[in-house]
Amino acid sequence: MIPLNTTPGLPPTRKKLVVVGNGMAGARLVEDILAADPDHPFDITVFGDEPYGNYNRILLSNVLNGTQDPKEIFLNPLAWYADNHVTLHAGKRATRVDRDAKVVYADGVEEPYDVLVFATGSRPFVPPIPGTTHRGVFVFRTIDDCRNIAAYAKGKKSAVVIGGGLLGLEAAKGLMTHDVAVTVVEMGPWLMGVQLDEAGGKVLQQTIEKLGITVKTSASTREFAADDHGAVRAVVFADGSEVEADIVVISAGIRPNKELAAECGLACDRAVLVDDTLQTGDPSVFGVGECVQHRGVVYGLVAPIWEQTKALAARLTSTNPDAVYTGSKLATKLKVMGVELASMGRVSDVKPTDEVVTFAEPGRQVYWKAIVRDGKVVAGCLLGDLGPADEVVSYFMTERPAPARRLELFFGSGTRTQGADFSLADMPDDKQVCDCNGVCKGTIVKAIQAGKTTVQSVGKATRAGTGCGSCKKLVEGLIEAVNGEVKADPSEGWYVPAVPLDKPSLVAEVKTRGLKSVSAVLRELGTGEDEKSKNGLASMLKGLWGTEYVDERDARFINDRVHANIQNDGTFSVIPRMYGGVTSADDLIKIGEVAKKYAVRMVKVTGGQRIDLLGIKKDDLPGVWRDLGMPSGYAYTKALRTVKTCVGSEFCRYGTNDSTALGIALEKTYQGFEFPAKVKLGVSGCPRNCAESTVKDVGVVATEGGEWEVLVGGAAGAHVRKTDVLCRVKTREEAIRVIGRFLIYYRDNAKWVERTYDFVPRIGIEELRGIIVNDSLGIVADLDAEVEKTAAAYVDPWLERDNPAYAGQFEDVRTVPLPMA
Amino acid sequence: MSATLARVPLCTLDDLPVGLGRPFRVGDTPIAVFRTRAGKVFAVDATCPHRGGPLADGMLAGDQVVCPYHAFRFHADTGACDQPGVCSIATYPVEVIDGAVTVTL
Ligand SMILES: Cc1cc2nc3c(=O)[nH]c(=O)nc-3n(C[C@H](O)[C@H](O)[C@H](O)COP(=O)(O)OP(=O)(O)OC[C@H]3O[C@@H](n4cnc5c(N)ncnc54)[C@H](O)[C@@H]3O)c2cc1C
Ligand code: HEM
Ligand code: SF4
Ligand code: FES
Repeated sequence: MIPLNTTPGLPPTRKKLVVVGNGMAGARLVEDILAADPDHPFDITVFGDEPYGNYNRILLSNVLNGTQDPKEIFLNPLAWYADNHVTLHAGKRATRVDRDAKVVYADGVEEPYDVLVFATGSRPFVPPIPGTTHRGVFVFRTIDDCRNIAAYAKGKKSAVVIGGGLLGLEAAKGLMTHDVAVTVVEMGPWLMGVQLDEAGGKVLQQTIEKLGITVKTSASTREFAADDHGAVRAVVFADGSEVEADIVVISAGIRPNKELAAECGLACDRAVLVDDTLQTGDPSVFGVGECVQHRGVVYGLVAPIWEQTKALAARLTSTNPDAVYTGSKLATKLKVMGVELASMGRVSDVKPTDEVVTFAEPGRQVYWKAIVRDGKVVAGCLLGDLGPADEVVSYFMTERPAPARRLELFFGSGTRTQGADFSLADMPDDKQVCDCNGVCKGTIVKAIQAGKTTVQSVGKATRAGTGCGSCKKLVEGLIEAVNGEVKADPSEGWYVPAVPLDKPSLVAEVKTRGLKSVSAVLRELGTGEDEKSKNGLASMLKGLWGTEYVDERDARFINDRVHANIQNDGTFSVIPRMYGGVTSADDLIKIGEVAKKYAVRMVKVTGGQRIDLLGIKKDDLPGVWRDLGMPSGYAYTKALRTVKTCVGSEFCRYGTNDSTALGIALEKTYQGFEFPAKVKLGVSGCPRNCAESTVKDVGVVATEGGEWEVLVGGAAGAHVRKTDVLCRVKTREEAIRVIGRFLIYYRDNAKWVERTYDFVPRIGIEELRGIIVNDSLGIVADLDAEVEKTAAAYVDPWLERDNPAYAGQFEDVRTVPLPMA
Repeated sequence: MSATLARVPLCTLDDLPVGLGRPFRVGDTPIAVFRTRAGKVFAVDATCPHRGGPLADGMLAGDQVVCPYHAFRFHADTGACDQPGVCSIATYPVEVIDGAVTVTL
């Protein structure tokens, strides 16, 4: 490395900019600085209390309700900081600022600064109610809160959200998707008191009650009651009444994080005080975001923050040294629980001289209201139908005189052009379309011109429309304006993204053309190439062609190439088969010896009744397999995984049939069968069901009379579903046969990665029973033949240890010396 | 960055499986070398900037490497990532002459 700035003539004076807080405001400020001036004079350091890069907080609601994965909401991953030479102290909370020495202190870190910016945001307000520390009581602010709530919600029945504001309702919506009965408790007389007046609040309440949420207004909470184990059980109100609550989410407002600033002597009121230059009382110290109070206002939405960071960035980089922030007029369009809502100004704040214009259509849950003061729109809310929202907002924002016939606010003058294209074309490129993610028209138009012609793909490319979703209509309009038409997304029905055919048509094409390899299918029928399509086609073709399948290894994911599961440090885990979860002293000794010989980092009993050796290097895999001398457990792939069994009638005093023998037989018969998704089996020896057969893809339970009940379509992972009963059979052989038919039918008819818990309800258990038990389609003989063919094709993949299928299959990094200079 | 570039003989073309990659360490630099089904050979950084995924174990999607950990994609020619805001990875010129693969770095 060449040390920086030793060459004369290069900019010698770099200034140290320290940002405390890596949330929406802090990270956006850094982005704005980089955008304003790529050659800015700062060495930037950011402290972030949360141990991550920066993520889009307003999308947390989507994470909680499961429509977005946590990973999708990250804005800047850790690598982005490094790439832009920004030092990020992730997971470090700044604990003290010394303004005389100009140093920020955090646990083990000292950062001197020339310019300091507070962007510490706010934290949830937890009211002083007894019981807030019980297990099951949460707040809703960070990605970890979301994860914790989602994890805790599993299997729970009831949830109470304290607070009927915007966030509380978002939390309620998120909780609904976790199959709990949700009650929203609001202290005020109606919901969303900040944005709505009483009539609007009532309309909203009716709408969300229709979604199955209970709303309790004017309710004051006395305490959270816990059960004997310290887990919350109920919310108790001032009048002594109770509502059952396995989970409580408190969303009772926020409090700015002003303490750090206050402790170093900066003037604070409700938040850190800043002037129009966003400067605090100290000329080297600034503030942006929810932690600041500007002209008496503390904002709680992102739109004003975007304006603040832009102004401060312009000032700091001197790209516009006179930039000021003079406050934001807040007009927000939101989607709360599927209800569209626009709100501006303070609607509940009506003066006697104000004119109030309202329109209500209770049947459709539509409610519009505008408050006109001195001839101008000063506040408004629209609910249920946002038809006139843009018009009302524009009167509010521009402060131009409201139409003399006030109802034209909502219904226009009757002559106004309604065409969306007209106004869209006129919209300037830098006009923000998506307020949640701060995406401007120009960015969206560029994406459309680059070929993104569905709302979804525009969202993927620009993030527009992926927040509250209220701008999707505008995005659609832009696509129409730029491209002429919006493409529907036909890809939904395709088996894999790269081949525009659904599964039956794809199978037919593949058969008529005799396409036996993934590359052949992609060449003849494909429109592109991506890894998911390759995996999906490989699985399908293998099922279709059996031994004739041309197995191209580059169509397989790493796990399927080396027959082991890749771990987060690049090593692998090895799980040998242990039929029915039954092992022997000799096998255990062998496993132990292998674990010692290869210094296995962890030996773990898995949830599937077998033993996992973790931390194996790629080059050691063949040796480990050879020394074990056991077949692969297929724990790494979409195939038959395990058959869990209980001890059954061999030992158990309740057992009515031999569950271990059936389990072992099933596993020996169906080992190596590959499917569109993983398949787990369970066999229990009596209805006590110790092998948890009722939450398996295929479960078998011995009845009191010693028959076998065959169950299908269960799940107990992220998704929990109880199996449906397929049939009852008398003998072990019948059970094995009927299960084989089901497995093949599933293999050949499920979509790629469709688990049985989706497949079974999609087809319907009656229909399946007809096909598999009563042979309604006359295909049972074919299914049986397919079972035999597939079983015959089984070869233990671990035998490749002696015969690698391609160069370097089991080789780690090869070291090559640099030639001598 | 060092001022002088070195051309380093790596392996034979047959050492590279079709449609897949292999990891090398050249001097101190870990790289991943791929051979596409269309016959192109290219080299990029071995480690994903996201969470350190071993890119040589990744699959190819056309001219992009797909990280085996979380499926971030990186382009063979530019190293650019498909995720907005994620840094790109370095790419290294590769030559194949008479079945001998050399990389310049
Ligand atoms: C679930 C949810 C949904 C929302 N939905 C919307 C919406 O739809 N539309 C909208 O406009 N707004 C919405 N908001 C509000 C919006 O997210 C906030 O206005 C915005 O995040 C505020 O940005 P900020 O940077 O000021 O604070 P934050 O994003 O909270 O960032 C502050 C960061 O500073 C860190 N920090 C604090 N103290 C220190 C310290 N001493 N040292 C180091 N780091 C520290 C914190 O850990 C935090 O990461 C929502 C908020 C939530 C929680
Ligand atoms: C395609 C995109 C991504 C995918 C598929 C992905 C996937 C994953 C997965 C599977 C995990 C493990 C989760 C678990 O243990 O339950 C994880 C963890 C993590 N990811 Fe990503 N991720 C993606 C993007 C990102 C981005 C952009 C960041 C930005 C910093 C990020 C940061 C993290 C962090 C910090 C963790 C650890 C979380 C924890 O320990 O709880 N991820 N990711
Ligand atoms: S399921 Fe029945 S037979 Fe099997 S172990 Fe439990 S009690 Fe015994
Ligand atoms: S480590 Fe490469 S995508 Fe996560």
